[in-house]
Amino acid sequence: MNGSLLPLFFALPLLAAVAVLVVNNRNFSRTVALLVPAGVAVAATAAVAATADGGVLVTQVAGWPGGFAIPYVADLFSSLMLVVSAVLVFASMVFAFATNQDESRWFVPMALIMTAGVYGAYLTADLFNLFVMVEVALLPSYVLFSLRGDRSSLRSARLYLIVNLTASTIFLAGLGAIYGSAGTVNLAGLAGAGAVPVIGFAMAVILIALAVKAAVVPAHNWLPATYPYASPAVTALFSGLLTKIGVYALVRSITLVYEPGSTVTVVVIVVTLASMVVGVLGALGEGTVRGVLSFHMISQVGYILVGLVLAGALGVAAVVFYLIHHTVVKTSLFLSGGAVEHQRGTGTISRLGGVANEHRWVTLAFFLAAISLTGLPPFSGFWAKLGVLQAAIGSANYLVFAVALVVSVGTLMSMLKLGTGVFWGRDPNTAEPDAPATPWRASIVLPGMALALVSLAIGLYPEPLLELAGTAGDSLTDPSTYVEQVLTR
Amino acid sequence: MTIAIAVAVLAAAGTWLVTRGGGTRLILGFILLAHAVNLIIIAAGGAFRREAPIVSDTLDPATTADPLPQAFVLTAIVITFGVTVYLLALVARTESDSTTHLGEPDDPEAAVNRP
Repeated sequence: MNGSLLPLFFALPLLAAVAVLVVNNRNFSRTVALLVPAGVAVAATAAVAATADGGVLVTQVAGWPGGFAIPYVADLFSSLMLVVSAVLVFASMVFAFATNQDESRWFVPMALIMTAGVYGAYLTADLFNLFVMVEVALLPSYVLFSLRGDRSSLRSARLYLIVNLTASTIFLAGLGAIYGSAGTVNLAGLAGAGAVPVIGFAMAVILIALAVKAAVVPAHNWLPATYPYASPAVTALFSGLLTKIGVYALVRSITLVYEPGSTVTVVVIVVTLASMVVGVLGALGEGTVRGVLSFHMISQVGYILVGLVLAGALGVAAVVFYLIHHTVVKTSLFLSGGAVEHQRGTGTISRLGGVANEHRWVTLAFFLAAISLTGLPPFSGFWAKLGVLQAAIGSANYLVFAVALVVSVGTLMSMLKLGTGVFWGRDPNTAEPDAPATPWRASIVLPGMALALVSLAIGLYPEPLLELAGTAGDSLTDPSTYVEQVLTR
Repeated sequence: MTIAIAVAVLAAAGTWLVTRGGGTRLILGFILLAHAVNLIIIAAGGAFRREAPIVSDTLDPATTADPLPQAFVLTAIVITFGVTVYLLALVARTESDSTTHLGEPDDPEAAVNRP
């Protein structure tokens, strides 16, 4: 894999979206929508192979010298994120077609443009380009959100847009402050610059904007108020892609810009612990399937990010592993939960029940992913949580250790709530004899099941991913190769 | 200093309008906030250098404007404009015609939450 191919990750989905709009044929758009993420997954796997030794792929766009050009950069962390994103885009597309999401001719092109922005955000090493890429991902997401067209989804689309517009405005203000104080917006050029108080403060403004996008407490309320109101396929796509850009950018910029042990450490610990607790308590109080899952995202973002400031490279490796595990498992849960919601026509827990009698495979898929989310062996969630706990012990931070364990119990409880409310028990609607039982299509259950099995596979055979996460953690904690390659190549 | 004051006024007015909520105020608030941020970015390039940044024999770095923030702002304006227009459409769809109420939201819940 050559560095000069990196812009294609952004360009190809964009061109594919244009092609789909021009051709305007449903079979063509379905084929393209599956081929593009498949192709990206293969290319990104090649990028992982090329960077597995800690190397960095760089291309300076338009041949400007390093530091002046807008670079596309792939290190192991971004390559891994590319693979995971492409896989879950593929799964979500299959689900979207099974639920006839592409009745609207805008669905496939908009989803493709959104993925282009996401891939671009993973590959850019320039803060302004990050802003542009995030907007490229967000603009189609506003359209996807309002595709349903009913009043409640339009209302939440409006809230979603307002939150993101506010965050983007804050991001731009921080960007101006960074350019004014540091004279560059190249992330490699900003390496270690957080030690200068002015730059550190300017960067903190950007971190606030990113934290809003990642739904970290106290900027979390928008997520459970919006995500459950999009259609199930769209929520699955969003959960795996959009909040993850925020998390990815937080990881990238905190590790690059700030020295370990700076004030940011305290802030990260406080907000991540608060996220864990608030998210899981919120999940216990929610009354809809996707509402519970949305609150879990907040809790899990806490788990992901806490490793950033624990035990150096060990902690950052835990971040990388947890982020990958979480993206897979959460999308799987949203897909299985969405399948139930699509079949039964409601996501309200009190109006659901007895799904286990009706379809055992979707039940199995949901519970495999739910157990993984809770962190029990032999699933990827076990290794992810183990990594966080090890990092907590490694830095002798027993508060994080205790909170991470206790919150796991809450996660288990809210998953049991979904289990008893949705899957076991009796279907409260069976009293109506005229309710026709819609047959379950295999393609509606398969995507969630496939991702749950990925989590199981990682859990049974974790060495390769643990090793990759370790390498990624090392190069994130010691970004000298990254900086050197981006600035001089 | 002029720019700092302008940013402060724009940001304060924008924040006030956005938090007041309701269709038109929301849009106008975000437009003002976007202007405030655009000024911050322009100021980041140093507002005291005003010469056109075109490479020539007489180019003097001390007096030439920094073109990069201008490019930033141009991009930011386009993006924020696009998003704001979409927000305008969403607001129009989610609030029924409010000309008779002169911009008061028709949603009783929203009315309760207002100061």
